[in-house]
Amino acid sequence: MGQENLIEAIRAKLGDAVEGVSDSFGDAVLTLRSAAVRAVMAALREAPFEYAVLLDLTCVDFAAAEGRFELVYHLYSLTRNVRLRLKASLPAADPSVETLVGLWKNAEWLEREVFDMFGVRFEGHPYLKRILTYEGFEGHALRKSYPWRLEQPRIPLKGDV
Amino acid sequence: MSGLDFLTTRLETAIGWGRKFSLFHYPFITACCGMEYMSAACAHFDIDRFGAGLTRFSPRQADLLLVVGTISHKLAPVLKTVYDQMLEPKWVIAFGACTVSGGIYQNYAVVQGIDRIIPVDIYIPGCPPRPEMVLDGLLKLQDKIQHQKQDWRWARKT
Amino acid sequence: MEPLTRIQRDARPESMLLNMGPSHPAMHGTLRIMLELDGEKILNAEAEIGYLHRGFEKTCENKTYFNLLIYTDRLNYVSPLINNLGYVMTMEKMLGVTVPERAQLIRVLMSELSRVSDHLTCLAAMAMENGAFTVFLYMMKAREFLWDVIEFTTGARMTTSYIRIGGVRADLHPDWRGSLTTAIRETRQVLKDVSGLLDKNSIFLGRTRGVGAISREDALSYGWTGPCLRSTGIPYDVRKASPYLIYDRLSFEVPVGEFGDNYDRYSVRMREMEQSLRLLEQVAGLIPDAAPLSAGPTIEPSEAIARSRRQRTGERIRLSPNLEGYEKERLPGLVATDKPIAVPPKEDTYTTMEGLISHFLFFMSGKGIRPPKGDVYFSVEGGNGEVGFYIVSDGTDRPYRLHLRAPCFHLVAALEQLIKGRLIADVVPTFGSMNMIGGELDR
Repeated sequence: MGQENLIEAIRAKLGDAVEGVSDSFGDAVLTLRSAAVRAVMAALREAPFEYAVLLDLTCVDFAAAEGRFELVYHLYSLTRNVRLRLKASLPAADPSVETLVGLWKNAEWLEREVFDMFGVRFEGHPYLKRILTYEGFEGHALRKSYPWRLEQPRIPLKGDV
Repeated sequence: MSGLDFLTTRLETAIGWGRKFSLFHYPFITACCGMEYMSAACAHFDIDRFGAGLTRFSPRQADLLLVVGTISHKLAPVLKTVYDQMLEPKWVIAFGACTVSGGIYQNYAVVQGIDRIIPVDIYIPGCPPRPEMVLDGLLKLQDKIQHQKQDWRWARKT
Repeated sequence: MEPLTRIQRDARPESMLLNMGPSHPAMHGTLRIMLELDGEKILNAEAEIGYLHRGFEKTCENKTYFNLLIYTDRLNYVSPLINNLGYVMTMEKMLGVTVPERAQLIRVLMSELSRVSDHLTCLAAMAMENGAFTVFLYMMKAREFLWDVIEFTTGARMTTSYIRIGGVRADLHPDWRGSLTTAIRETRQVLKDVSGLLDKNSIFLGRTRGVGAISREDALSYGWTGPCLRSTGIPYDVRKASPYLIYDRLSFEVPVGEFGDNYDRYSVRMREMEQSLRLLEQVAGLIPDAAPLSAGPTIEPSEAIARSRRQRTGERIRLSPNLEGYEKERLPGLVATDKPIAVPPKEDTYTTMEGLISHFLFFMSGKGIRPPKGDVYFSVEGGNGEVGFYIVSDGTDRPYRLHLRAPCFHLVAALEQLIKGRLIADVVPTFGSMNMIGGELDR
């Protein structure tokens, strides 16, 4: 299935969920409305698309832009040997999106990581808890507003003034 | 009293000699340096030649704490607990640049040197240090143990 | 007081909670598993990661594309060269660079050496944790021989930073063939010995056969890749599915397992090492001997500088030992020279103004490698599976965002499910067979 056909098929199935389609250095990219993420993913997982693997989920903080947080999903289809990148923008204030837990099992940890690093909430996630940093860590480390070298020790350290 | 002084010095030497060749070490391995620790412990470099071959995975049985690899702020309380659980006499080797100073990771997540958490006896720099460096560091520690002054207060109590 | 974790909240009052790690010999120092137990039986498990979170991604945003290469060494520190390769090839995809043939061959050679050392380390640790200490010593011995080959050429044992954007850092060491032959011979012997020790060993079989099994559907759903996915019977290998470098011209097989249990993960890794050794032999045959450097006297840089004040000299300038293999004459075979993406030849800095300026500009803040705007994803087959880099560029000399798709992360996410309902003793082989690498898992 070529890329044009894929877009056609997704549009036919999900209406206006797809806001745009582009090509970045040879990778196919779909931009989604953030409200439709879960519905699109659920459809892409099934035939005829068969994107069976959620390869990766991450986020980018475009600090100045209107859609500040951009979620980036990478899907892989084992049967057709193609990758697909999907993006959805979230606003700066209270960014949240529907969870993918239930569709893919690794979504639970991937979403926890994005929550930890960016503070994006995933609606319906069963256990949205920090994963790489610790309880008591204030702020979200990968946000552009978080200073690179601001340490938050858990125990008193020698040499602290 | 000069005879007693002579005896004390000899006893110290004997204790130092005994201790330096029977280091039971606890490898607190977290990261990259662990690979070089493995190399140092195995056949090619063989840390056992210097009497430090016995690895103990319980801090209560160990007298040398080898902190191998980056210590993040999340892990810092664990390292402190492990050190506190060890019995005296105990020594600490900071293995690798991350434990010495935070190394190349000067950022929000990493403790800038484990001497901010626990006292350190020997620093082995390198990212990661080669096994030869590790052995050199171990020899330096043995030298230090040999010349360590004993605390005789326990003997005077009786 | 920290809030309760899920397992603490849901635990039945009569069951026992046990904490494994992070300071536990089998947890490699960086993972904590909380277990809810009924006797020896695990009712529920929760894994906590992040103990080796070193802020890799945040740091990369503050480093230039050239400087952040050293951080990629320390992701999967058992096979640093493959991480270098993943990052570098992602950048090359963005920059549109064609790498010289010789550099591609050297890259394959280095990746396969790293892959073998990765698998050796994984199986050595797994075997040791199951009580087979001899296997550990044997495999570490083989790894030393492989690292000798790497060290001869790159100058470092582990953290090499050898594969550079546009090519490789230096030419192979003059004696590389000898050390490679030794390494292959020794590794083969070790693999044979280890097979003899483990394959029919009833203790080992008892702890691995049928333990920690995962179905194909679950493995895919967890995003597994690499040897662990192949152990379930799915032959997905990035080197075959979307070949990079010259893998499409080499002949190798992708070993698969059947049940996806610990034993299959062990056996897939063992067979993969044999395939990697085959690849090493093929690549060694394809790499031509380096052309000898032009004859004639060489002069020290200081002398060249003194002479160039009077006239342009034709003599070859001797480089310092730590730049060996990066001679100007050899560069066209080692790095792409059509774009200013590799460190300019050092010799030029001594005698020509242009050379000095280009060298200076390469390292100057804001001037070095600057890819076009956009985002890119590229992946290579690492020791644990698909190592992918996602880089967002805003046109400056630093990445706006750099994300690593760590294969370990997805593997360890499945750990809780794999050990539920089994015994405590099964945690160790199951976890060992996954090859968790902290640097990659927590980044």
